[in-house]
Formats: sequence, C-alpha cells, structure tokens
Amino acid sequence: MDNTITSPKNGLKIKRFTSPDHPKVNFAQAEKGIKAWLTTIDHKKIGLMYLGSIAFFFFIGGLLALTLRLELWTPAKTFLDADAYNQVFTLHGAIMIFLVLVPSVPAALGNFFLPIMVGAKDVAFPRLNLLSFYIYLAGAFFSLYSIVTGAVDTGWTFYTPYSAQSSTSVVSMTFGVFVLGFSSILTGLNFIVTIHKLRVPGLTWGKLPLFLWAIYATSVIQILATPVLAITLLLLIMERTLQIGIFDPTLGGDPVLYQHFFWFYSHPAVYIMILPGFGVISEIIGIFSKRRVFGYWFIALSSIAIALMGFLVWGHHMFVSGQSTLSSIVFSMITFLVGIPTGIKIFNWVATMYKGSISLRTPMWYALMFLFLFTIGGFTGIMLGTLSVDVHLHDTYYVVAHFHYVMMGGMLVAFLGGIHLWWPKMTGRMYNEKLANLAAFLIFVGFNMTFFTQFILGSKGMPRRYYNYIDQFQSLHQFSTVGSWVLGVGFSIILYYLLHSLGKKGVIAPKNPWGARSLEWITQTPPVMENFEYTPVVIHGPYDFHKPIAEFEYGIEGSDSHGHEHHKDQHVNIHSVNV
Amino acid sequence: MAHSSNSTLAHHFVDSEQQFDASKMGMWIFLVTEILFFGGLFATYIIYRAWYPDLYIMASSQLDTSMGAINTGILILSSLTMALSIWAAQHNDRKKTTIFLAVTIICAISFMIIKYFEYTHKFHLGIFPGANYTFTGIDHVKAPQFFSIYFMMTGLHGIHVIIGIGLISWLIFKNQKQAFNSSYYTPIEIIGLYWHVVDIIWIFLFPLLYLID
Repeated sequence: MDNTITSPKNGLKIKRFTSPDHPKVNFAQAEKGIKAWLTTIDHKKIGLMYLGSIAFFFFIGGLLALTLRLELWTPAKTFLDADAYNQVFTLHGAIMIFLVLVPSVPAALGNFFLPIMVGAKDVAFPRLNLLSFYIYLAGAFFSLYSIVTGAVDTGWTFYTPYSAQSSTSVVSMTFGVFVLGFSSILTGLNFIVTIHKLRVPGLTWGKLPLFLWAIYATSVIQILATPVLAITLLLLIMERTLQIGIFDPTLGGDPVLYQHFFWFYSHPAVYIMILPGFGVISEIIGIFSKRRVFGYWFIALSSIAIALMGFLVWGHHMFVSGQSTLSSIVFSMITFLVGIPTGIKIFNWVATMYKGSISLRTPMWYALMFLFLFTIGGFTGIMLGTLSVDVHLHDTYYVVAHFHYVMMGGMLVAFLGGIHLWWPKMTGRMYNEKLANLAAFLIFVGFNMTFFTQFILGSKGMPRRYYNYIDQFQSLHQFSTVGSWVLGVGFSIILYYLLHSLGKKGVIAPKNPWGARSLEWITQTPPVMENFEYTPVVIHGPYDFHKPIAEFEYGIEGSDSHGHEHHKDQHVNIHSVNV
Repeated sequence: MAHSSNSTLAHHFVDSEQQFDASKMGMWIFLVTEILFFGGLFATYIIYRAWYPDLYIMASSQLDTSMGAINTGILILSSLTMALSIWAAQHNDRKKTTIFLAVTIICAISFMIIKYFEYTHKFHLGIFPGANYTFTGIDHVKAPQFFSIYFMMTGLHGIHVIIGIGLISWLIFKNQKQAFNSSYYTPIEIIGLYWHVVDIIWIFLFPLLYLID
C-alpha cells in the first residue's frame, strides 16, 4: 500500500501514511516545564490552557449559582443579605457568560482542533493566539478584581441608569468585559483566516467538518458584534468617569439607547454561545450514528443564516422597554424566522440518526440530551418572542428557565459532549465510561429539576432577580434548589473521572476510539507538535463512514510541501486509480 | 521547496504567498472590527443628531473648520506617502521607503499637534466632555452631549493616530535593519491598510462634525 499514486485530476502525488497510534514524542512532551507552556505558541497547548481556565471559572460561577439557589430556600433571608444576593447573581451571570460560555467551545476545543481538522500545523497567527489567551486572563483579572473591590450588583446586562449610579465597582467589571471582547475578536479573526487560507489539498468547503462551519459562523459574529459591545462599554465607562450624558437620563442621556447598543452585541452573542455547540453536536451525531450527516449543506449554511439573522432581532429584549409598537412587531417577526434555520438543524440531526448504527457512548448521550433540552429552550424562545406572551412573561423565571435551557442545556451540554468526544485525542486517555454515563444522567435529571421548575415559577409570576418571594412559591423554589445539588454532584463526578483518567491508573486511548473519519482522528494520539508528520490530502467527506479508513490516510511526503492555494479548492479523486 | 533558507516565512505556512495572503486577510478582518467599533459612535452621532438637529448646527460653529480642513489635507497626504512607501519597498528601494514612512509620521505628528491646539482652545473656553462642561456660548440644553460625542470620536481617532505613529516608527526601524524587500514587505502592506482606515475615519468625521450648516 506504500506505492505513490497520482491523482489523475490535478497531478498530486499522494500515498498512504500509516502511523502508529501513539507518537514517540507528543506535543505536550516536546517541550517540558511550566515556562514552555506559558510561552507556547502551539494551538493545542493554548487550547488546553483555555480549557483549564474555563473549567476554573465554571467552578466559581457554579459555586455562585449554588449560593443563589441556597439563598432562595426560604422566602425571606436564608443566609445572605439582599445586597450580597444582587452581587452574587450579577457575578454568576457575568462569569458564566463572558468567562465561560463565550470562549468555551471555540477557544478551548476550537483552538485545539480547528487547525488539525483543516490539516494545518497551527492557526494562521500563532502569536496572536497566545496574546488572545493572555488578554482573556487580563480581562478575567479585572472581572475578578471587581469582586474584591465591592462586586457589581447591576445584573450581567449593566443596564443604565442603574449601572451609571450604582456604588459598586462597575468600571472594573465592564473594563474586564471590554478586554475580554478583544480576546474574542482576535480568536475569531484567527479562525476565519485559518479556515480560508490553511486548508490542505482536497479539503474543499464542502468537505469541511460541520464543526468548522459552526466555528466559522461564530467567528463572523465575534468579528461583527464584539466591537459594538466594546464601544458600548467604553461609553458606559465614560458615563461613570466623565458623566458624558449619553446613557444617563439624569444628565440628559437615553437609557433605552444603552439597551439597543447592548443587545446589538448581546443578542448575536447568544449565537456566539450556541453555534459552536451546534457544531459539536453535528460531529457527535455523525460519528455515533455512523452515517453521513443528513443535509450537510443545510446544516452548514443554516449556521451562517443564524449568524446573519441574529443581528436583526435584538429588539425582542426590549418589548417592554418603551420601543415603538412597530419596532416590536418587526423584531418579533424576525425572531420567529430564526426558528427556521434552527429547526432545519434539529430535523437534519434526527434524520441522520434514522437508520443509523447508533452507539450510545457518553458523547452521544450528551448529544441526545442536547436535542431534548435545546428543543425545549428553542420553543420557549419562540413563545417569548411572541409580543403578547412576552408582556406577561418578561423578567420572570420563565425567561431564566428559557435561557438556561438554551445556554446550559444547549451550549454547556454540547461542550461536555465535545469534551467527552475529544478527551481521548487531547489527553491520550480514556475516561471511565460507567461513571461518565452516571454523571450525564445526574446532570440531565438535576438540570430538569432545577430549570423546568422555573418555567412553572415564571408562568405563575415569580419575577427574576428577586430576593424575597411569596410563600406559595417556596416548594417550587426548594425543588429547584435540590435540583441544583444534583447538578453539583454530577459535575463533581465528571471532575473526578477526568482527573482520574490523567493519573497513573488511566487507560491509554487508541488513535481513533470512535471510528471517526475527520483529520483529527487520523493523526496520532495525542498529536505531535505540528499535528501531522506529512501533509494530509483529503479525498472523502468527513462523514463518509462507508469508505474504508485507509482512504482517509493519504497525504504528501514532507510536512510543508506543495500546493495549498492551487489544490485546496479542488477535489482530489482516487476512484479512477486502483488503491 | 527549500524554505529553511527563507527567514521571513513562519513555520506553519507552506510558502510566502500563503503567508502574505493570510496576513492581509487578517488585517482586513481587523479593520472590519475597527469600522464597527467606530460604528457605535457613528450610530450615537446619528441618533442624537436626529433628535436635536438644531443643536448640531449651533455647536458645530464652535469647531475650527480651517484647522479641520488642514488636518484632512495632512492625512490624505500621509495616505499617499504610506502607499508610496509600499511601492518603494516593492522596488527594493530602502532609502525611499524610509523617507516616505518618515513623511507619513511627520504628517501624523502634525495632525496631532493641530488637534492639541484645537483641544486646548476648547478646554480654555470651558468646553470639556461631560460634567466639567462650563461653556455658556451655546444656547442649547444638550450642548454637553454634542461635545461628549465630539471628544469621544476625535479622541478615539487620535488614539488610533498615535498607535499608527508607533507602528510606522517600528517599520522604519525594521526597514533600516534591512527587513523588507520586494519579496517580503507584508508588515508595510498591512500597517498601510491600517493607516488608510484611520485616514478614512477622519474623512467621515470632518464633514460630520465640522461642516454642518
């Protein structure tokens, strides 16, 4: 099988490369020591550092959430006073959104896998990539600094006029978010250029794994929306430091203008937070159904459609803020339209599973969980986009439940699915499948206990962010709080078995434990420093499970040889030669 | 291809054409973010102008049109010299590259000096952004808002000019160390793109702020 064959179409001399499962020296062993990690420009190490940081902030955000739920055990004071409660829910929201969900899948898994999936040695701008990690840490530092200096009690949305007047440290928190935005922008920029310019021969747009389409759409939103958040927060900071009177009504400004600005970023940002999750789910469902993903182009392009339509719906956050009726009607209608590309995805995923050879490994459990939870989150989103219904449900626990179903039931579950899918590739170790199934089950049960209850609370009129509530809500609140403990146990189990798999007793993972076809599963486990010891050439699509794995192992000798620009957009075809 | 001899090619690129394309595309995307960053301020400008059209006409008369016009001319000239420096680098003319870059910097510094005189004159009159505004010459309750927008827009633009001065100085430094030639001038090209956008933003700011009548 070692004969070189020439593709008749474009004359590439390709041959099959069979490498052992494990390299002699993997990327983590190539350079040792803490300094090698902190100064690395290797995208895989940077991805893992993001993963560690995100896990850390998720832990903090999770503790804050447990604190909130515990405080709500009784209708009046349980153990926190009202001001502390306001600070805790603000920090929970800000940390979970800006430090966990926005970077989660793109910065951690995307950084690690995007270059490998396009067959490149690194992202287009490796040093910029390291810089964006440090910008992320700097932003995180300012955000955490605000906790020490009096926290923030405005809610994660920093609405004026209160954010212009609150005595808490709004400036350091918003400055932190401002800085984090640059990290997000630079990561998105890097990914777009990498996908455009660094694909290996044969990897046409139609052969990109759907994960990359999703990351691409996400990056487009990061590029277009985040600068607007930056200028909004800068104006808010100026409002507080120089009283420029743009947003603060006591100085002649307009607080609703702030809401327009804020949601012009933050609504697209919810798609920053969910599209990468869609990408992960496409991979998992393809791999664990062993079928070509149904409606490839529909899934790919619906990500782009969601990215673009996401810019036209921000006003649905402001139905009760005093915007004109006409605007509300238009925003409401466009909001319904977003349901179309999202529905297309759901149907295509289900159609992929139909007659597939489904194996219910842990990542697949998370994908199924995602389908269930995200569908509930999506439908309740349509309800909230309906004007008359929203007037009743606005600022109630119904909204809280809705966005936890899409953000946590959607994105976080997809992130967990992605971690379980790619953990063997990233670390070279297998986790304990039984414990993983148990944890997934607990998370599913705990999540629904916590948040489905909140749909009921909200439809009965329980307002969000309230410290006190009337006695009749107590049993529902307590049920929700117990659910949060179940969730806590589930996450603790995940932490335990993932760390355990890294220890001496961990099980060594093979190169391709799931029988997948995209490039990251063709290279060794864990990958070598520059990902491949040859230049891969892509012949089949990423979900062509009916083709033998051997046909996915072709490449060109040498790690940086020949035609990128000239060949990457052409199909490489080996059907006409005998392989 | 023997890339090991090519010191300007980063390890993860296949060839210098790919590296050049990637760098240029990266800069274009970055410039899109710059436009959207300023776009927020332009939106603020448009909304307040739609609400208070008379305010803009009154307040604009306080801005010195001739100074603004001179600055516009200076920046357009600097864009020309920036483009010429790329041309010189493409033709392996190190000396001319440095000269054109230096003229660009001189233009940028002149721009900032004129801006300094404009700002200090306003501060002298009591025109400050925000709460420190004490000027009484404009009979409109929202006059401070106009100048908040003015200072935010021109101030952020000024910061970009200063960053540009730093970047172009670095280009001169590298050029003197013979870093660029006709086959590698990517940094001049992409910093040139940045400089043109800084220029274009001013070309919008000037009529929007100074030339209202």
